[in-house]
Amino acid sequence: MRPALSIVVFTTLTGAGYGLLFWLGLGAAAGLLPAERAFGAVSLALAFAAVSGGLVSSVFHLGRPERAWRALSQWRSSWLSREGVASLATYLPALPFAWGWAVQGSLSPVWAACGLGTALCAVATVTCTAAIYHTLKPVAHWSNVWVPANFLALGAMTGALWLAAICAAFGAATRETAWLAALAIVVACPLKLLYWRHIDRSPGAVTAESATGLGAIGRVRSLAAPHTEENYLLKEMGFAIARKHRATLRRITLQLGFAIPLLLLLIAHFSGGWAQLAALLLAAPVATAGVLVERWLFFAEAKHTVTLYYGAARA
Amino acid sequence: MTALPPPGDKRLGLVIDLDICVGCHACAVICKEWNAPLSDLDPYGAKPDGVWLNRVHSYEVGEGASARTVHFPRSCLHCANAPCVTVCPTGASYKRAEDGIVLIQESLCIGCELCAWACPYGAREFDRDAGVMKKCTLCIDRIYNDALDEADRVPACVKTCPASARHFGDLGDPGSEVSLLVAARGGYDLMPELGCAPTNKYLPPRRQDERVVAPLPDAAPAGGFLAWIDRLLAG
Repeated sequence: MRPALSIVVFTTLTGAGYGLLFWLGLGAAAGLLPAERAFGAVSLALAFAAVSGGLVSSVFHLGRPERAWRALSQWRSSWLSREGVASLATYLPALPFAWGWAVQGSLSPVWAACGLGTALCAVATVTCTAAIYHTLKPVAHWSNVWVPANFLALGAMTGALWLAAICAAFGAATRETAWLAALAIVVACPLKLLYWRHIDRSPGAVTAESATGLGAIGRVRSLAAPHTEENYLLKEMGFAIARKHRATLRRITLQLGFAIPLLLLLIAHFSGGWAQLAALLLAAPVATAGVLVERWLFFAEAKHTVTLYYGAARA
Repeated sequence: MTALPPPGDKRLGLVIDLDICVGCHACAVICKEWNAPLSDLDPYGAKPDGVWLNRVHSYEVGEGASARTVHFPRSCLHCANAPCVTVCPTGASYKRAEDGIVLIQESLCIGCELCAWACPYGAREFDRDAGVMKKCTLCIDRIYNDALDEADRVPACVKTCPASARHFGDLGDPGSEVSLLVAARGGYDLMPELGCAPTNKYLPPRRQDERVVAPLPDAAPAGGFLAWIDRLLAG
C-alpha cells in the first residue's frame, strides 16, 4: 500500500497526542500530576497541537477537503466516520478539562472527571483508527489482531514519553512518569516484533488462482497487463518495498522507536539534574521519529489482493 | 446511507464467459467512452495515467498440453456484501435496494479512497482530476433509459462485445437467462473466501475435451471437372 505522507503523519501524531491526553486525563484524575496552571497549559497545548495537527494533516489526504464534514455522517457503519466522530467528541471533555487545569489551575473532582472522560475518548479514537485498517480484509497484513494492539500500544508509549518529558521539564513526578514510559516501551516493543513475526509467517491466504477462479486449470501467470503504464491501482495498492530496505527500516524502527528511548530513560534514572532533563526531553521526539518510520513501513509492507491480478502469487 | 440494504430479489449483474473472451479490450474502451468523463493525466506523455472502470488482463494458465491463454475482463462485481459501501464515511457509496447496483453519489464523495482499499477486486479508481472516486454503474443510464431501443438497454460493454462473451441480467431470478447460463456452465465467484458475495459471475474456459467439434462434411463433388480435380488432389 502507498505510504501517503499525510496518513503516516496523521496516525503518528494523533497516536502520540491521544496517548498524551490519555495519560494526562488518568494522571490528573488520580491526583498524580500537579494542578499547576503552567503544567496544564504546556502539556495540554502539546497534546492538542499533536491531535489537531494530525487531524488537519488527514484532511489534506482528501480529494475534496471542503467536504470533510460529511465524513461524520456514517458512524453507524464506517470506522472512518466513527474515528471522525470520536476525534471531535474528545474535545467535549478535553476543552473543559483544559479550562479547569490551564486557566483555573484546578484539578477538582469536576475537572478530574473531565480528564477521565478525555482519557476514555482518546482510547476510543485510536481504537477507531486501528479498526479502519483491522477491518480491511483485502490487506492480510492489516486484517489481524496485532494491528489494533500495536496502534494502542504505540500511542500509549509515545504519549507516556511526552508526559515524561513534560514532567521532567517541570520537575514533577519525573521518576514515576519515566518508569511509566519505560513500562510502555517494554510492552509496545514485543507487540511490534510479534506483528512482524505474524506478517512474515502468513504470506496471505488469497492466491492468483482464487482471484481469477482459474485454479482448476493450473497455475495462473500474468501474460499481459491491461495497460502498458502503471495505473491508479498499482500506484495506490501495488506499492512494493525491497526486502533489504524493509530489514533496514525495521532495524531503524527498533533503534529509534524503542532501544534508544529506553536507553535514555535508563540514563535519566541513574542521573540527575541537566543530564536527566536532557535524556527525558530527547527520548520523546526520538521515539516519535521511530514510530513515524514504523508507520511508513506499516503501509509500505502491506499487500493488497488487487496485486494478484497483476502478477502477485499471494496476498 | 452506507449500511447495506437487506438482500433484494432483483440482483442485476454481468456474466462473463472466459471461454469466449478474445481479449480485444472493446468492452474497456466503450466503458471509458460511455462513462466519460473518466479523466486522463498526461495522455500523450511518457507516462499516461487514466481512470478505467473495466480492465482486461491476459493470463497464461496451466502447464503442458492443458496450458492456455485466458483473457480476463475485470470490473465491479456489485457484491451483495459490498465492503466498499460500508467503509464509506459520507454515504456517497451506496447499494441500491431495488436492483443491487453499487453506485457513488459523486457530490457526497470526499475522495478519501478508503473504498478503493476495501475492494479486493480493484474495481474502484480515483479520479484525481475530479477529486472523487469512480466506478462501474452497470450503465444505469442505459439499462433504464426509455429513450434507447430496448435492445440497447444493456451495459455498453455487453452491447459492444464482438464475441458475445458478456451477458447482462437478473442473477437474483433463478429462471433468468443469465442464471440458467451460470447453472449450465458452472459460473463462479472471484475470491469467494473474502465473503463479498459478488453478483457478477465468471464462466470457466471449457476443457479441451469439452469442445464439441463437428466432423467436416464430405464436400467432394459428385462428378465433372471438380470431381476430377478432387481425385487428383487426393492422390
